[in-house]
Amino acid sequence: MIRLEKRAQPSKVWTYATPLLAVVLTMLAGGLLFAALGKDPVLAIRTIFYEPLFGQHASFYLPQLLVKAAPLVLIAIGLSLGFRAGIWNIGAEGQYIIGALCGAGVGLAFYPTESVLIFPLMVIAGGLGGWAWAMIPAILKTRFGTNEILVSLMLVYVAEKLLIGMSLGLMKNPEGFGFPGSRNLAHYPSATSWIDQSLGLHWGVAAALIAVIAAYILLTRHMLGFNIRLAGQAPRAARFSGVNPNRLVVFCLGTSGALAGLAGLFEVAGPTGSVTDSFNVGYGFTAIIVAFLGRLHPVGILLAALLMSLTYIGGGIAQSQSELQLPAAAIQLFQGMLLFFLLATDLLTNYRLRLTRGATA
Amino acid sequence: MQKRTLLKGAVAALALAASPAFAESHGGEKTKVGFVYVGPITDGGWTQGHHHSATEMLKELGEDNVEMVYQENVAEGPDSERVMTQMALDGADIIFTTSFGFMDPTINVAAKFPDVKFEHATGYKTAPNVSVYSARFYEGRAIQGTIAGQMTKSNVVGYIGSVPIPEVIRGINSAYIHAKKVNPDVQFKIVWIYDWLDPAKEADAAKVLIEQGADVILQHTDSTAPLAIAKEAGNVIGFGQASDMYEYAPSPRVSSIIDNWAPYYTARVKAVMDGTWETTNTWDGIGPGMVGIGEITDAVPADVKAQAEEMKAAIAAGTYHPFTGPLKKQDGSDWLAEGEVADDGTLAGMNFYVEGIEGDIPQ
Amino acid sequence: MDLSAINPVLLLASLMVAATPILLGGIGELVVEKSGVLNLGVEGMMITGAIAGFAATIETGSPALGFLIAAVAGAALSMLFALLTQYALANQVASGLALTLFGLGLSSLMGQGYVGLKPPSTPKLDIPLLSDIPFLGPVLFQHDPMVYIGIAIVAATWATLKYSRVGLVLRAVGENHDAAHALGYKVRLVRCAAIGFGGAMAGLGGAYLSLVRVPQWTEGMTAGAGWIALALVVFASWKPWRVMVGAYLFGGITVLQLNLQAAGVKIPVEYLSMSPYIITIIVLVIMSSGRGKAALGAPASMGRIFHATG
Repeated sequence: MIRLEKRAQPSKVWTYATPLLAVVLTMLAGGLLFAALGKDPVLAIRTIFYEPLFGQHASFYLPQLLVKAAPLVLIAIGLSLGFRAGIWNIGAEGQYIIGALCGAGVGLAFYPTESVLIFPLMVIAGGLGGWAWAMIPAILKTRFGTNEILVSLMLVYVAEKLLIGMSLGLMKNPEGFGFPGSRNLAHYPSATSWIDQSLGLHWGVAAALIAVIAAYILLTRHMLGFNIRLAGQAPRAARFSGVNPNRLVVFCLGTSGALAGLAGLFEVAGPTGSVTDSFNVGYGFTAIIVAFLGRLHPVGILLAALLMSLTYIGGGIAQSQSELQLPAAAIQLFQGMLLFFLLATDLLTNYRLRLTRGATA
Repeated sequence: MQKRTLLKGAVAALALAASPAFAESHGGEKTKVGFVYVGPITDGGWTQGHHHSATEMLKELGEDNVEMVYQENVAEGPDSERVMTQMALDGADIIFTTSFGFMDPTINVAAKFPDVKFEHATGYKTAPNVSVYSARFYEGRAIQGTIAGQMTKSNVVGYIGSVPIPEVIRGINSAYIHAKKVNPDVQFKIVWIYDWLDPAKEADAAKVLIEQGADVILQHTDSTAPLAIAKEAGNVIGFGQASDMYEYAPSPRVSSIIDNWAPYYTARVKAVMDGTWETTNTWDGIGPGMVGIGEITDAVPADVKAQAEEMKAAIAAGTYHPFTGPLKKQDGSDWLAEGEVADDGTLAGMNFYVEGIEGDIPQ
Repeated sequence: MDLSAINPVLLLASLMVAATPILLGGIGELVVEKSGVLNLGVEGMMITGAIAGFAATIETGSPALGFLIAAVAGAALSMLFALLTQYALANQVASGLALTLFGLGLSSLMGQGYVGLKPPSTPKLDIPLLSDIPFLGPVLFQHDPMVYIGIAIVAATWATLKYSRVGLVLRAVGENHDAAHALGYKVRLVRCAAIGFGGAMAGLGGAYLSLVRVPQWTEGMTAGAGWIALALVVFASWKPWRVMVGAYLFGGITVLQLNLQAAGVKIPVEYLSMSPYIITIIVLVIMSSGRGKAALGAPASMGRIFHATG
């Protein structure tokens, strides 16, 4: 009989060891899966994890890793603040879309004027858009006690419909021969978020790195960070020590919304380029997983996002190499496994496994 | 500026250091062909059609000469750009990108790999190493309209539209013009589902149209769901879309429009092998075989079938154009004079209904 | 515009069919949430049920067996979630999302040999006498058995939650797991059973899509139905009968929207499709501001991790 015993302090060793353990377990289980599909498991694993980092074309894949990870990091950092305080924003996908729509809307409105002011204005609009969308659950929560998980989730669907409406209607490229989708912002010098495309560097990557540092400082050095952690760990104590729960809700939801909105803006003005009905690819939801994989720690989130991106990029290579030709579904399953193992092994960080005989539990 | 070049150098050096040990040979003289698909290769419609044609091409040219790679379920946007680059880096000689949304990414990647040929389906942007290709599906719609107009007893034809883009609007117009020609009382009911493939919604749409009196269903969406619903309803017919959907023959599926890209793919890959590839803007129809008309089953009366086949022959021979005047636009204004034929430019950007169709194109 | 083309009888009848998958998924999730667990993996379990039921029906020729296998498959997948959240004490939101990702991958892998096949049709129940009643007959009494089974499950869930001991224990566990544990209830076991029930229902809902409503298998064919099921539970403020009302509302908007389009009414489709979600939010606000938290019916322990110390 195995019993779980809660550790007084999360184990330092296991905090670092569990992600590695999970990756190893995924490689084993995934290898079995690939072998069952008749693919060379060693080659498959090597292609997914090794090829993008050290393979022949690593100089191309490494920057791509940043491009793919940047929105995940930006969103997950914001979410992690709330998650630590027990405030559950799971509607980042919606805030991401609205941020992109607001930011792109500003850019498109100025087209074709060139000015250095346009991009900063877009950034402000994007951040504000995401912030405003997150303020809906925040205000409903503080005013009426409405559950923010559910409101923020519902607002994702609303945002998705709005996106379709915009790409077919108001924001449609007038020179696009009637096809849905807006003008390409990446080709509009004053509005693009690219700094250097060949390096995979856009303002979103920069913002993601800044967010990691800022969140780290906030959580370790700042009173607000202390309050956030306190509210999550001991809500009653937090209230006694004068933490205003409503202000915390507004701060956490607002910050995560603004960051998600920014992520959407940087994405639409750079890597994606235009507002289309298929613009959002689920970063807002993936970022929730990333936040947990990163154990809600800024540096952990950065690493988790890079790991997720690695499986996307490596998985893509494994699909399109003729000697492997892994089906896309197998890659998806493989990612699912990785998440399961990462989530499951986290147990070891907070609990101690004890073998007991004849226990009654 | 200084800093950026420095960084670039560092990345390049890293790559150089890593590459020699694991460099793979580019595999002899085989021509490497890449396909980037927007959906799963088993979608039963658009992507399956491309993949089927790709494998036909491979068979035709032989695996000794051609190496084929593909990636399915590629999201439009940055992911597609990465996938194309990845194929180009891995030594692809020609890459086919088979969704409209891959247009800008294709152009971007092509600019970085001037020696790799790119072929983008359904788009309008070309470059020295980017060709575009699409099919004149509206030719097939003319034949469907001819059959539909005569087969309907309720005089109501249901049309399931996907996304309101010129290609779909062309199809509606073409089908309507030809249905009207053979049946002046025909009426079209059009519903948009805002998706190319959503079986549940397609099924609902078909059901609604049948409930509102339609006994012929035309679809511009990719799944067989509408046919399944038509079969359930009994006395309703439909047509296969993108692939033959012959499993629903002889009825409800009485014919189909088949996307047959195989001859084009074979020709283009061959051109790369021979070194004769150049930028083209291909818009082929029934004649060259890009648009196939699936067998017209016996559920269709012999005279109607004969008429449909006659039209097919005329379109293939180039003696008949489905958009031939006199035609008016929906608002009653003149579009084509007697005997005038629509130019490709107008067709490519078609954003209006012809006279007689009710309802508005969603904006 | 020709509104007379819309036949209210047929509209209502197809509304019942369109509502059944989300009704099943929703009622399952309701039980899960009542036990204090939030499983966001409904979409993943639904699609797995869709392919499992479809494959089983093709192989055996029996839709009944297909539905059974779908329920088993959905429940089996949900056990992964139970293992993660109840035994490995992982976060429920993240585990549910991971379950959806896993389910989507698994289903498309399983379904590769089943594309383009036609399942044997599920027979319609033509209830004699009742189905001949004008108006009500065609609306209510000419459906396939799953429509009625779905409603029966809602009724059974309502009765069980309200009147039985099992329901009492389930609610106790959902409201306050520490107290329930102190009373000697096996919190983990109850929750695993609830999660399994939720998985089975989601599986049934998925199979209804692939066997009756569409009927065919296509990768990703649930197209968000699982997410709507989640919204339904909230809309229903955790009351079984309201799940049914909600399912008809959500399903009805789709059918109505298509009907209006076909009748030539100019409607902004995207804005109309938003409305159920906005209504859900409004309902939530009214419920939570109105008669205090208790009226909302949201289980107090929802989403919280339970670990028995002692």
